[in-house]
Amino acid sequence: MSKFQKILSNLGLAGVFLAILFPGNDMFLQRGSVDWMVLVSGVILMMVGFAIVKSPAGKFLTLWLPGIVSFYAVTIILAELDKSTDFRSGFWLLLLGAWLLGWLFVERLSAIADTPDIVSLVRNIAIPVIFGLWLLLGWEVVVRGFDVPQVLLPPPSMIAARFAASTSILWADFKQTFLQAVLIGYFLGCGSGFLIAIVIDRSPFLRRGLLPIGNLVSALPIIGVAPIMVMWFGFDWQSKAAVVVVMTFFPMLVNTLAGLSAASNMQLDLMKTYGANYRQTLFKLRLPEALPFIFNALKINSTLALIGAIVAEFFGTPIVGMGFRISTEVGRMNVDMVWAEIAVAAVAGSAFYGVIALIERRLTFWHPSLRA
Amino acid sequence: MKIKAVASKIGPVVIVVAAIVALWYVGAVIMNTPWQKDMYQRAKVEWTTSQLIRDTLAQKRPVLPAPHQVLEEIYKTTVLKKITSKRSLIYHAWVTLSSTMLGFIIGTILGIVLAIGIVHNRALDKSLMPWVVSSQTIPILAIAPMIIVVLNAVGIQGLLPKAFISTYLSFFPVTVGMVKGLRSPELSHLDLMRTYSASQWQVLWKLRWPSSVPYLFTSMKIAIAAALVGAIVGELPTGAVEGLGARLLAGSYYGQTIQIWSALFMAAFMAGSLVALVGFANTYVLKRMGMAT
Repeated sequence: MSKFQKILSNLGLAGVFLAILFPGNDMFLQRGSVDWMVLVSGVILMMVGFAIVKSPAGKFLTLWLPGIVSFYAVTIILAELDKSTDFRSGFWLLLLGAWLLGWLFVERLSAIADTPDIVSLVRNIAIPVIFGLWLLLGWEVVVRGFDVPQVLLPPPSMIAARFAASTSILWADFKQTFLQAVLIGYFLGCGSGFLIAIVIDRSPFLRRGLLPIGNLVSALPIIGVAPIMVMWFGFDWQSKAAVVVVMTFFPMLVNTLAGLSAASNMQLDLMKTYGANYRQTLFKLRLPEALPFIFNALKINSTLALIGAIVAEFFGTPIVGMGFRISTEVGRMNVDMVWAEIAVAAVAGSAFYGVIALIERRLTFWHPSLRA
Repeated sequence: MKIKAVASKIGPVVIVVAAIVALWYVGAVIMNTPWQKDMYQRAKVEWTTSQLIRDTLAQKRPVLPAPHQVLEEIYKTTVLKKITSKRSLIYHAWVTLSSTMLGFIIGTILGIVLAIGIVHNRALDKSLMPWVVSSQTIPILAIAPMIIVVLNAVGIQGLLPKAFISTYLSFFPVTVGMVKGLRSPELSHLDLMRTYSASQWQVLWKLRWPSSVPYLFTSMKIAIAAALVGAIVGELPTGAVEGLGARLLAGSYYGQTIQIWSALFMAAFMAGSLVALVGFANTYVLKRMGMAT
C-alpha cells in the first residue's frame, strides 16, 4: 500500500469510527441496530485486513471492504436524508468516512495492473462509474444537507423524478432537436465538407487558397450565424439544421484535406507502380489513410452539432425543442426541468460520440493508437 | 526567391477571398431582389436592372447585407462613436473580450492543474479522465443561460458567470493536451532523472513541464477560440445588455441584419487575432527555449 492509501484508510476508518462513537442524534446509528452492527464489524474486519495486508486474505479484505462499507454507509446516509431534517455530527462524519473509503476503494482498484482480459475492461469501466456515482451522491447530500435553494441547484433525486414525470415532453423535444435538426444537419454538413474536400484536393491551387481560410473559419465563433439562419430559414428545425451544417462543414473540410495528404510518397509510388488510376488510389490508399482524420472531425462535429442546434433555438423556435425548453423553463425558474433536459442532452451527446468512436474502432483497427 | 515563395502562398488565398466576396455580392443581389421588386410594385416604379442592383445593395434591412454595408457599419460604430458610448462596437467587443480572457486564464490554470494531477495519480487518471472527456459531449452551452440566470438570482452578476462558461469550454483542450504533453518525455529521459534520484517535483519542473510547452500552446489556441464562443453565448440570456452576443440578439430581435453581421465580423476578427496572439507567443517562447523547428 502506498503512503497516500495509508492516509486515506486511516482517515476513512477514523471517520466511520467517530460516527459510531458520536452519532450526535439518538435516532442515528442506534447501538445494537443492524446498521450499527454492520458498520462496527466492517471497521473491525478492515483493521484486521490492514494488519495482515501482505497476505492474500489481507489483500482481498483491504480491496473490497472499503467499497462495501462505503456503499453500505451511503445507503444509511440516503435513508437518513429521507427521514430527518436535523443532521448532526455523526451524519457528516459518516459521510466523510464513506467518501474517503470510497476514494480508497477507487485507488486500490486502479492500482491493479491492466491485463488484456474482460476483468480489466469491467474494472476500467467500473472505476469512472463509481467516481460518477460518488459525485452524484455528494451533490445530493450537500444540496439537501445544507438546504441549498432549489433554484440554485436541485438535488439529483428531484431531477430524476421530474425526468420520469415528463418523458413525453422530453421525447418531443428530443425528436425536434436531435432527430431532426442535429442528425440532418450533421449528415449534410459532414457529407458536403467531405465531398468538397475531395473535389478541392484535385486542385493544388484551390487547396492552397482554401486551407488557410478553412483553418481560420474553424476557429471563428460560427455559432453567431444562428440569428441569421433563423431569419433565412424560419423558426422550425430547418434553420437549426442550417446552423449545424455551417458549424460542421469546416472542421470536416480541413480534416479531410489534411487526411488526404496523409499517405506517404512511398505508398503513392507503390500505387503508381501498380498502374493504379486516380480513383483506385483514392479508394484503396488515400481514403483509408484519411480515416483517422475524418473520424476526428466526425467526433468534434458530434458535439458541435448538438451545441449548434440548441443554441440556435435560443433565437426563435416553435414551442418545442431542447433549447426552447431550457430557455423558457429557466425563465419560469423550473430548474429541475432544465436539468432533466440537460441530462437528455448529455446522454444523447455521449451516445452519439460513443457510436462514432465504436465505428472508428471497427474501421481503423489498423491504426497504431488502437493497436497498442 | 523569398518574395516568390510568399506570393505563391498568399496569391491563392487572395484570389479565393476575392471570389468569396464576388459570390457574396451576387448572393446579396439575388436574396434581396424579391423584397425590392415588391417595393417597386407598391410604389409603381419602373425599374431597370442596374437600378435594381444598386437598390438591393443599399437596403436598410437586407436579407443579406453587402460586404461594403457591413464594413461601413463597422466603421461607423468603431471610429465615429466614442468608445464609452453604448453604441460603440469597441465597447461591446471589450466587454466580451474581458470575460473571454478571464475565463481563458482560469480555464488554462485549471486545465494544467488537472493534467498534473492526472499524470501523477493513477486513480485520478482512471476515474477523472473519462469524465473530463464525457463532460465535453454535454452541450454545456445549453446550460449557459441557466448558469447566468441562476447566478444572477443569487446576486452574482457581470463578468464572473460569463467567465465561468468560458472556463468550462477552455479547460478541456488544455487538460487533454497537457496530459499528452506531460507524458511526452521519452522513457530514457525519465530514467535519466531517476538515476539523478530526482524527486517527483523535480521531474515535473525540469523535464515534464518544459517538454509539454508545445502541447500547451497548441491547446491554448483551441481554448481561447472556445472561450470566446462561451463568452458570446453567455451574453445571450442577460437580455441583450452588452457584449457582442447581446448585439447579435438585439439585432435578431429588431431585424437589424447589418448590425448582426458587423457583430459577427468583429467576433471573427477578435477570434483571429486572439489565436494569432497565442501563435506569436508560441513561436517566441519556443525560440527562447531553443525548441523552435
